[in-house]
Amino acid sequence: MKTGILRFPGSCDELDAQLAAQMVGETVMLWHGDRDLQDVDAVIVPGGFSYGDYLRAGAIARFSPVMESVIEFARDGGLVLGICNGFQVLCEAGLLPGALLPNANRRFTFRQVELEVVEGDTKFTSACPPGELLSIPAKHGSGRFYADEATLDQLEAGGQVVVRYRPEQNFNGSLRDIAGVRNAAGNVFGLMPHPEHAVDALTGSTDGLRIFESMRSATQGAYA
Amino acid sequence: MRARVLVRPKQGILDPQGVAVERALPALGFKGVSEVRIGRLIELEIDDPSELESISSRLLANPLIEDFEIELLDDAPAA
Repeated sequence: MKTGILRFPGSCDELDAQLAAQMVGETVMLWHGDRDLQDVDAVIVPGGFSYGDYLRAGAIARFSPVMESVIEFARDGGLVLGICNGFQVLCEAGLLPGALLPNANRRFTFRQVELEVVEGDTKFTSACPPGELLSIPAKHGSGRFYADEATLDQLEAGGQVVVRYRPEQNFNGSLRDIAGVRNAAGNVFGLMPHPEHAVDALTGSTDGLRIFESMRSATQGAYA
Repeated sequence: MRARVLVRPKQGILDPQGVAVERALPALGFKGVSEVRIGRLIELEIDDPSELESISSRLLANPLIEDFEIELLDDAPAA
């Protein structure tokens, strides 16, 4: 699997995303002003504060040249993972439903959370052991997932809610404890917590690696 | 032409900034304030005001979570 990692002015987690993706394949860094995705099999939109988070988180990055190519890549079925700010960018781009609002606790919050894998049969979670929680860090100021009630019902019915916070750990006030969602086609997934920061035992957990292993299986045809 | 776009959180969506301000006011002695909501005011100069609707719905506001109002300021002096 060759994974392209986007880099915007203000990205800060792109190197960790690259290190994580290197554990399952090759990588290439893709600059925000370039349109050429260099024949990647998957794209990661990383965390950070693209374009300073001006206006709204992700609002301006969504119109960058590289995102035009990513939107086309996603519409053609390409695998796209958005982490934190990347999730916000994908929502702003309309590739994922909903929006991320400022945390209900009014603070930038950094803590380890345990995620329930609601959907284990997806291109991004197939390597997660059924019933096990993923221990990975979350760190953001605007991670409160919001969509209207009808959309939330539709997401749940369609198996698009992929990961949830445990209710007592839902510090940002996300509706229905939603931590990550996928699109209806199943090839685009975004989540607020950071699987790329949990791939080495040195930092306490390797649970995040499951997400990248799942993506590798998907590009090898297991879930094509 | 000068114009203003006023962007505000949609009704029913929690606005943590508004809550923070509302809770700060009693400390200053202002007791009777509630329902504080905080939005954004964007002022701009535009050649073709008919583009404002599209500019606002595509970039200045996210219609999923925000409402916006456009105000044209024909008589205002140029900046």
